[in-house]
Amino acid sequence: MIEENLIPKIGVITDVRRDTPDVKTFRVVGTDGKKLFKHMPGQCAMVSVPGVGECMFSITSSPTNEEYMEFSIKKCGCVTEVIHSLEVGQQITVRGPYGKNFRVEEDFKGQDLLFIAGGIGLAPLRSVINYVRHYRSNYGKVVIVYGARSKDDLVDIEEIQNEWMNEPNTEVYLTIDRPQEGWDGHVGFVPAYVKELGLNPNMTAVLCGPPIMIKFTLAGLLEIGFDKSRVFTTLELRMKCGIGKCGRCNVGDKFVCKDGPVFRMTELDELPDEY
Amino acid sequence: MKDVELKMLERAKQLLESGEVARVIGWKKGEFYFDPAPASFETVEELGDFVYNGFCGANLSKYLIQASKKEGKTAIFLKPCDSYSFNQLVKEHRIVRENIHVIAIECQGKLDIEKIKAQGISAVTEVEEEGESVTVSSLYGETKLNKAEILLGKCASCKGKTHQVKDEEIILHEMPAPINNRFDEVAKLEAMTEDERFAFWREQLQKCIRCNACRNVCPACSCVKCVFDNPASGIEAKANDDKFEEQLFHIIRAFHVAGRCTDCGECSRVCPQNIPLHLLNRKFIKDIDGLYGEFQAGETDNGKTPLTSYTESDVEPNNALGGEAK
Amino acid sequence: MLKIAKERLNELYAKINETMGLFMPIKKAGEVNYHVWGEGKEVSLETLKTVKSPKNMFFPQTENMMKFKTEGKNIEIVDVREKLAAAAEDKPFVMFGVKACDYKAIEVLDKVFLAEPVDTYYQIRRNAATIVTLACSKPEESCFCSVFGIDATAPQGDVTTWLDENYLYWQANTEKGENLTKLVETLFEKGGEAEVETQKANTQAILEKLPFANLDLSRFKPENLNELFDDTRWEEMSEACLGCGTCTFVCPTCQCFDIRDFKTNEGVIRYRCWDSCMYSDFTLMAHGNSHTTQMQRFRQRFMHKLVYYPSQNDGLYSCVGCGRCVNKCPQRLNIVKVIKTLGGNKND
Repeated sequence: MIEENLIPKIGVITDVRRDTPDVKTFRVVGTDGKKLFKHMPGQCAMVSVPGVGECMFSITSSPTNEEYMEFSIKKCGCVTEVIHSLEVGQQITVRGPYGKNFRVEEDFKGQDLLFIAGGIGLAPLRSVINYVRHYRSNYGKVVIVYGARSKDDLVDIEEIQNEWMNEPNTEVYLTIDRPQEGWDGHVGFVPAYVKELGLNPNMTAVLCGPPIMIKFTLAGLLEIGFDKSRVFTTLELRMKCGIGKCGRCNVGDKFVCKDGPVFRMTELDELPDEY
Repeated sequence: MKDVELKMLERAKQLLESGEVARVIGWKKGEFYFDPAPASFETVEELGDFVYNGFCGANLSKYLIQASKKEGKTAIFLKPCDSYSFNQLVKEHRIVRENIHVIAIECQGKLDIEKIKAQGISAVTEVEEEGESVTVSSLYGETKLNKAEILLGKCASCKGKTHQVKDEEIILHEMPAPINNRFDEVAKLEAMTEDERFAFWREQLQKCIRCNACRNVCPACSCVKCVFDNPASGIEAKANDDKFEEQLFHIIRAFHVAGRCTDCGECSRVCPQNIPLHLLNRKFIKDIDGLYGEFQAGETDNGKTPLTSYTESDVEPNNALGGEAK
Repeated sequence: MLKIAKERLNELYAKINETMGLFMPIKKAGEVNYHVWGEGKEVSLETLKTVKSPKNMFFPQTENMMKFKTEGKNIEIVDVREKLAAAAEDKPFVMFGVKACDYKAIEVLDKVFLAEPVDTYYQIRRNAATIVTLACSKPEESCFCSVFGIDATAPQGDVTTWLDENYLYWQANTEKGENLTKLVETLFEKGGEAEVETQKANTQAILEKLPFANLDLSRFKPENLNELFDDTRWEEMSEACLGCGTCTFVCPTCQCFDIRDFKTNEGVIRYRCWDSCMYSDFTLMAHGNSHTTQMQRFRQRFMHKLVYYPSQNDGLYSCVGCGRCVNKCPQRLNIVKVIKTLGGNKND
């Protein structure tokens, strides 16, 4: 038997949920009805529709879910457009898990945690948030700040409102970019909102979202006194192999697929600014 | 040639110093005499590396696509054959004519280092040009060669020494008359049987490594996004497969530049596997000449071209090529 | 040490070819590349630099990775490696005439493809190969392997050979090499030590005189990564770059690839092919591109060879000084110009 590495497994879509006008969440199991493989929060997998292409996606479901995996996928290119057209029962291919995960056992344990996400950036964070909820007593206070363009663009809003908001010792703050009918929550960009919240700078923070949001949010956090070595984010670059060989996700001496996608902000400082 | 280089350098200095132009596109010294690279000079200091010699074969006109859109005027040195590409690019609205100052320069035919090495000369350290003779020094000795033997392919069948465009010129010596033999090789291919011709191209194109040097250097290949780079085209640009891709790639490219190719010869100059790609283009040129009357792309920067205009006297497809074209 | 008269080399090739595949520098349509040997082929052992490097033997320019058969909503995966492995086991092959730089390049590639998780496609071919290297005796101006600590007069490999006007000298270095020697031993006679030593000394004298023998690599260290990255001279170094892939495709250590799908009548073929960081779509994503200018792509290539790769691999550079890019860049840009600009020459 030759090692599998670049050869994928076959996955079956068992549920498709429309989250926003351009984001759908796909539930996937193996052909035997079981979960395809184990992973840790923040890790990714290569999903493909044969004949169309293969893309790297963050596994949005928590490792503690032992029945299936979920991928929240935004329609933005050739492959994702086809994925969005797939129905329940359709087989796809999946390989992974790839990359380094959030160090939930080492760096996060016992800490107060701040999760900041923008738009589809919630996908990798949902995995770690639900992991933390599962082992709730291992972690301190949890603060979640999540923003999107409009209320319709908030991914997983049902889970957020029905579960996360009712979790003990957990605060959830939602915001949208512009005022909108039917929305009585906060309006404004994530970086500004974060500064208004009077957050405790001793928290360990995880940021995920568009590069511009990360840039300004990070600046804001540092202003309030957050320690850069305790701020984490995930990077996204073009990937093909997922195992540090095809070369395209190379930044400095790192490959995002293998050495990332999770990076400590201080690690990013050492890398050339080209991601 | 040294006097031409000095004159060019002097003129480049004047133009930059006076502020008439913001940059000058020419060639800069390499590690050896024989490896100058195209360069853009923006200050007089940068001109310290300026060079013009027998190895400045590169056609600089394509660099104007970007340079002519920059702030300030760009001066460029063009050899006679490069001037055709320049005109064609102006005609196709790829470069902004008003932003360019064309300096027509003398060309006595450019040399090919690979042809020098093919004579069995290795470890070349120095090359000296003197009229028709070229002295090559290497770690293994010195050799005198005749210039005609080591001309670049495109220069060995030079199509003319007249610049088709110029704002000024630096021509100090008489340039040799054109060598009118550029269709000889095409005729040889035409004389082959279909099977022989297929075998010839198959063997040549099998060498292709799909590096795209021919496309990227080609002044006629000026599309912002090439069809071969479009993932939706169904033609995967990078897969090198001798059954399908490589044969079609070059032939499709030849079709795309037909009627626009000036026969500058850069495709064959840059091919790392020395595939005689220019022969595909020349075949088109020869056929167009035959079907629509003689036409040289790039002779002017305006006017109609055979393949983009219609006249009632245009040849009918059924009658073309002795009725064999279908 | 063993030796065989030059005019009997064809017998040697034929003998190897009886039981093994044999790839070597062969001239076809005017250019020398690694091809399968056969009676009547124009072997060109003296050619220093085949246009394509021998990396093609382990990491083909295009290779099918798997097939997908789809029916309705179902997918079946056909793993083509079983066939590949069976073929490799059935007929192992010899790569004959590999120069010192190209052999070192294979070591550079090994560190990428054989590192965990292993690239099994590469591994299958690599294991099936016995590499017979050939010492250089007439290096040329674009050669600078010595800068990377490579000895062109005594390449490594399963077997090392030297060629002079009369004989090919043969020395096995590994178990694979010994096995190959056993196969062809009867054709050889003993001797050649003195001749080889003479050739080595003569070649060494030329190597020292080569124009690039004194390139200074000392600045290309991990600790200078950001300083080198931020150097303002990348702009002028790259300005003439056409963005073609010639340097990457002729390079013996460039290993970037693309994975794509191709629809056929019998299903979908997933293949991989060489890719180039010089191409504008190399890093293109649906929502942006991390390398939008040719300067960035140019910088990526040379930073990877001289700084990034060494940072990941204990200081080993992923350039071996073969000089192919020096000879083949259409506009005469190359790694030597980059090293000189950023690092300089030892004597300067």
